[in-house]
Amino acid sequence: MRYLDKTVVGLSIAFLVLLFADFFMAEWVRFMGLQSLARGAVALGLLVLWRTGLVSFGHALYFGIGAYAAAMLTLVGYHDAFFLVFAGTLASGILAYLLGFLLRRYRGIFFALLNMAFSMILYGVIVKTEELGSTDGFSVLAPTFLGYAPEGEAVQTTLFLFTLFFTYIVTVGVHLYLKTTLGGMSMAVRENEIRVEYLGYSAEKVIHVKYVFSGLVAGFGGAIMALAIGQVDPDSMANWNVSGEFVFITILSGIGNVAATFIGAFVFELIRTYAFEYAPLFWQLILGGSLLAIIMFLPNGIWSLVDRLRKSEG
Amino acid sequence: MNFTNKPARAALLATGLAAAIGFSAGAANAAETVVMAVPTFLTGAGAPAFGVPARNGAEVIIEAINKGTLPAPYDKSGKGLAGRQIKALIYDESGGGVKQVAEFRNKVQKQGVDLFVGYISSGTCAAITPVAEELKMLTIFPICGTPRIFEEINTNPKYVFRTMGHATADGVAEAHYVKANLPDVKGYTGINQNYAWGQDSWRDFDLAMKQLMPSVPASDKAQWPKIFSGQYGTEISALMLSKEPLVHSSLWGGDLEAFIFQGAARGLFRKKKLLFSVADTSVYRLGKKAPIGAIIGARGPYGIFAANVDTPLNNWFRKVYSDRYSTLPVGGSYQAAQGVLAAKFAYDKAAAANGGKFPSKDQVIAALEGATYQGIAAKVHMNRSNGHQAATKHMIGVLEWDKEAGGPIMTKVTEFGPDCVMPPQGINGTEWLKGGMKGAKC
Repeated sequence: MRYLDKTVVGLSIAFLVLLFADFFMAEWVRFMGLQSLARGAVALGLLVLWRTGLVSFGHALYFGIGAYAAAMLTLVGYHDAFFLVFAGTLASGILAYLLGFLLRRYRGIFFALLNMAFSMILYGVIVKTEELGSTDGFSVLAPTFLGYAPEGEAVQTTLFLFTLFFTYIVTVGVHLYLKTTLGGMSMAVRENEIRVEYLGYSAEKVIHVKYVFSGLVAGFGGAIMALAIGQVDPDSMANWNVSGEFVFITILSGIGNVAATFIGAFVFELIRTYAFEYAPLFWQLILGGSLLAIIMFLPNGIWSLVDRLRKSEG
Repeated sequence: MNFTNKPARAALLATGLAAAIGFSAGAANAAETVVMAVPTFLTGAGAPAFGVPARNGAEVIIEAINKGTLPAPYDKSGKGLAGRQIKALIYDESGGGVKQVAEFRNKVQKQGVDLFVGYISSGTCAAITPVAEELKMLTIFPICGTPRIFEEINTNPKYVFRTMGHATADGVAEAHYVKANLPDVKGYTGINQNYAWGQDSWRDFDLAMKQLMPSVPASDKAQWPKIFSGQYGTEISALMLSKEPLVHSSLWGGDLEAFIFQGAARGLFRKKKLLFSVADTSVYRLGKKAPIGAIIGARGPYGIFAANVDTPLNNWFRKVYSDRYSTLPVGGSYQAAQGVLAAKFAYDKAAAANGGKFPSKDQVIAALEGATYQGIAAKVHMNRSNGHQAATKHMIGVLEWDKEAGGPIMTKVTEFGPDCVMPPQGINGTEWLKGGMKGAKC
């Protein structure tokens, strides 16, 4: 029962609950849930990096690559969600692998801003490409699922199941990985790289593995987002403020637990939706204000609430 | 800290919470109102010169519809849309296509919107069109300029309408105007934003010029700044060095004003003749700093071009608007008002055909398809793209400063009929232009 800890049990229960809830949820909640899963996946990648002491201000790069790879494949006639999401994830993973050779040598602000620089190159390329709609982007048709072509509300229902399934597997996988020696190395790298090297591990390799992983899940999130919304554009997929949103979600969630990222992403969507609904002129202010409040009152993120709950119960 | 052992309860709690929200909240809508979503730019570069005046124009009309104070020809149809009050949800259009599509779904599924009247940017309209058709949501675009909406994105629309002419009309009217007023021009270049509207504006102006003035060369170094970039230093340098004397520009809103300030400081307007497709929005805001002497348009007979239209509806609109907002209505205000009036017209007509009962969505759509109704400044003919795309007359003129009145004034105005500038029903604008504009009645 080594693998069956409380987090895995909790995630499995949440998975089953959401699985059934999918068929009863109001459409807008499902839509918000889909976006939360997509953004939460990216934040999951950032969490893994963060535990290693690295913050990236450029993961919109992989989110954007994932989204655009999936969307561009629909332009040439591929519509199967399995293929599109796989391709988007893989494209981001390959790019992360290549860039990783350079980025794994940097730490701190250099790492953060180099990531941002690469993401803005992608942004610039998309903006200048008229065939991809420049700043307008283009529409993405509803996907099919291994030959099943749902219509109307069933598109989102099916996509939600699809996303939920893969997110569940990835999240449990990450959780178990973080418990392994290599996963545990994260904090060691953050605390003292030289000691890690003396132990016989390569800090750069540890970072590279985590970087590729974060690229893969960001690509997954991007591809899901493109299919869920049915539109891609550079400002919502590849711009630096999108990277900022992911960092926002990671701070909001805290890095205490893999499940936190999805809760954080959902809370983020909730704040944004309601702020936009009730204060159409000041919604950015409310979003910024809630981030400030989180940093001041819950410096370890939403997950620290759970920790407190546990402590108070002794 | 222990990272690995966390209670399952928390995850359960969160999902339970999420599910509870989902089950409890349906899209509730009071039966006796019509919920009208009005997206327009409230923040960012699109807001001050375009989005906010558009919102103001829509607000004036919505309020008058609810109170039943619209003048003729809308004074006999009672309060509201087919008797029901409008509940307007005005919200921000900024943030790009993806955000707006997400928000569109949100408004439909969460807030029970009955119809949309809005969107300014061509980019947003292009993104919204497929999702509006997918969700079967009556959507009236009062402004957006790109012809692609009904020529590429959806050639057989059912739920989406546009109540003004598109970029082809602007390009053709401008080319006619240049031919008549600058017959000896030695060439033209352009500065247009690198997105749907800018690309289409330049393409259609260029194609129309090639038909009407085939001997006049176009520059191959037209400038393509990014939308909302706000900095035009390099572009202005390039334009100053270009040999073509005429500069075509479809910049709008804040971008346009930034370009005017930066270009004026460097003497661009003394050196080149400027032709602005959408500069009427800035004539009151900028006063004497507006590009006096430039050829400008308002994408139709709107704003300053409607200053002397003496009808009860127009006089009332200008008075109420300027009393309330302390400035005169500009193109965006007129266009947004025209979009809301389309809803008023269609609901009332559909109710009349339905024996006075409140009409269904399909009846409203049928009432608007192919109809002709009275806008604030001109008649709107919904007779393109199977009755979903409007054609109106068009006007171009030269902006001057009226010293006596102390305000901007349009001179040398030329009016073009709807069938002169808009491609006929059933033909793609680009093909029509390349084929020599057959069937145009000028």
